[in-house]
Amino acid sequence: MDLSYSPEDLAFQADVRSWLKERLPVRLSDKVKKGTRLTRDDYLEWHAMLRERGFLAQMWPVEHGGTGWSAAQKAIFDEEIVAAAAPRVSPFGLNMLGPVLIKYGSEEQKDYYLPRILNDDDFWCQGYSEPNSGSDLASLKTTAVKDGDEWVINGQKTWTTFAHFADNIFVLARTDPDAAKPQEGISFFLVPMNLPGVEVRPILTLEGEHEVNEVFLTDVRIPLKNIVGEQNKGWTLAKYLLTFERTGIANVGNNKNSIKGIKAAARSQVKNGKPLIDDPIFAAKLAEVEIDLKALEVFNNRTIAAAGAGKAPGAESSLLKIKGTQILQETNDLMRRACGPYAAPDLPQAFDEGWNGEPPGPEYALRAARKYFNNRKTSIYGGSNEIQRNIVTKAILGL
Amino acid sequence: MDFELSEERQMLKDTAERFIREQYPIEKRHAATKSEDGFDRAIWGEFCELGLVGALIDAEAGGYGGTGEDIALVFEELGRGGVVEPFLPTLLASIPLTAHKKRGEVQMDDVVEAAMEGRTHLAFAHTEPDAYYAETHVETSAEKIGDDWELTGRKAVVVNGGTADLLVVTGRTGGDVSDEAGLGLFLVSASSPHVEMVSHQSIDGPHVAEITLNKANGKPLGTPGSDWPLIEQTLAAGTLAVCAEAVGAMETCKDMTLDYLKERKQFGKPIGSNQVLQHRMVDMLLELEQARSVVMLAANTLEADRLTRELNISAAKNLIGRAGRLIAEESIQMHGGVAMTWEYAVPHFAKRVVMIDHLFGDSDHHLQRFAELSREAEAAADA
Repeated sequence: MDLSYSPEDLAFQADVRSWLKERLPVRLSDKVKKGTRLTRDDYLEWHAMLRERGFLAQMWPVEHGGTGWSAAQKAIFDEEIVAAAAPRVSPFGLNMLGPVLIKYGSEEQKDYYLPRILNDDDFWCQGYSEPNSGSDLASLKTTAVKDGDEWVINGQKTWTTFAHFADNIFVLARTDPDAAKPQEGISFFLVPMNLPGVEVRPILTLEGEHEVNEVFLTDVRIPLKNIVGEQNKGWTLAKYLLTFERTGIANVGNNKNSIKGIKAAARSQVKNGKPLIDDPIFAAKLAEVEIDLKALEVFNNRTIAAAGAGKAPGAESSLLKIKGTQILQETNDLMRRACGPYAAPDLPQAFDEGWNGEPPGPEYALRAARKYFNNRKTSIYGGSNEIQRNIVTKAILGL
Repeated sequence: MDFELSEERQMLKDTAERFIREQYPIEKRHAATKSEDGFDRAIWGEFCELGLVGALIDAEAGGYGGTGEDIALVFEELGRGGVVEPFLPTLLASIPLTAHKKRGEVQMDDVVEAAMEGRTHLAFAHTEPDAYYAETHVETSAEKIGDDWELTGRKAVVVNGGTADLLVVTGRTGGDVSDEAGLGLFLVSASSPHVEMVSHQSIDGPHVAEITLNKANGKPLGTPGSDWPLIEQTLAAGTLAVCAEAVGAMETCKDMTLDYLKERKQFGKPIGSNQVLQHRMVDMLLELEQARSVVMLAANTLEADRLTRELNISAAKNLIGRAGRLIAEESIQMHGGVAMTWEYAVPHFAKRVVMIDHLFGDSDHHLQRFAELSREAEAAADA
């Protein structure tokens, strides 16, 4: 047993770290540090840099232009980009659709779409959830009906992250309303968003930000070839895609970074004449979440190592998601508390690029409560934590 | 990263697991804890023969293990089977004795080898009535009289103290009651007329003793006055051992509860078909995996620098305390009335898991200690 990284992994880590140090533009890392809103162009700029270095398609095998990284390398990379305050990759084309096309797409689809994803010719978003199909995704009502040499799609998608940036959406739609089980009548479609009948409406999240949308599809006509995989077998693809959504789910790097931030804040915040970090109650809460994170990091690495040794991570990732989001939300809570009264003033303009106004309290206090509220989403999306418990109940406990 | 056991360790684990499963039914545990000794001397002999005791001892003292990984591996199996034989005091006492032997300053009979073979019984007498969980709190005085050292004071809740032939005792040569400086480690004969003992059964099984030392002769095992680092290292190994034991016992609680959810029927269906119980069972599993992970970390860094070792030991002990309480209480609750009976096995494992929190500092103690060590580590990193 050896809990440290292999020499190859350490070399990889050093390589990533030095590349980030050298190449990550200060403009972007400043934005990430301050929580400034990232634009579509920011993502494209960052993608271009990753592409140039060969770091962009992290879930793809080498033969399709991917990195071919092991799970350990992927985890190392994730931790390094968080530590360096680099933006994340927009995941929908690269980390979700890409792997689905590689496994289930036709040769023609692979040849056409994969290079376009790699080159950012297309910006993708994910048409899964619907207003009445959240946890019970297979109950979705959007329909696709064959009409001559076209599919005609009707329905409504929701919580569509970056639909306002995207020009393409992959859509789950019902193609057989009479199937014996709801999962059996679903197909997976590729839909250009410039077609007539596609309408995107913003949803403002509870803290007032625009990252998700509703997407209305009204008599949208796409060519027959825009179906991926077999007709009525889309559920298999949908589930396969979700396994990629769950990678990196333990959020170890992010959580480590949050703890650093809390410590910095709690050192400068004074309570009863002493730094907040010396307050026994605050210190105890912080220590507890740090300990949980230490354990989670090993648990996550155990899962990664098992996958690396040819064993599938499977339902353990559901356990990682539950604990990872519990820790994430706990760190957000501690950060909000560390700000005291100054957690309250909300300056949406402070997250515009180029803002150089005066924050009423500490600079970090501007984002604390926003982040806390926004990240309540983490235990809801990607399969709510209750759905994760259902998965573990069936897959591991056998109940 | 490699989480697989080496071939030798896998064999050791399999041997321990099989032997305990086949030879250590819960009735054996009950008979042992009810006996005057508090354990079964015959089966202790078999454990020694199997090499499970030797696996806890450094090669230089005649064993073939003694690393964090060995300790965690053996104690997890002991916990899984609810073993009450004196592995813990043997491990604790052997560490100062091994350090003493390595230095080779004073020749003495090979105590560790005799203990490994089951010929001699050892105990580690450190905790005192007023110490609560403070590691450095030692009032027992160690006084040099000519060439001899004499120990006077009271030691509390000494695991298997009553059956020990030899005691490894901590004493104070000087300094304030909780100073690190001024501590020493001494070997004391338990049969000395200057040593009085009263033994009790503990609620979770093992027997513990209150020991009064009245000018008892002690042979120094280190450098009297400067033994704190060795004492801390010994306590770290003991803490790791009971953490790993708790993981094994928690796993038994989890397995038995899961079986029960599948078998027990109410309202015409298995109680495990209720989502409220399913989700609580998932939370038990999740905390068990967290506990297992943090114990792996502590085991892996037992030989690391002091700060890394102690940080991870405190992290492990805190998490084990929290996860242990959850798993013990939930196992009892989900079993319902049957878990309230002496006859059923689960409550005995649950009791052990909860009472491990009372050994080597509870979860609150280690939370505070972790926070302090963490600040120490950051200050060191900044410097």
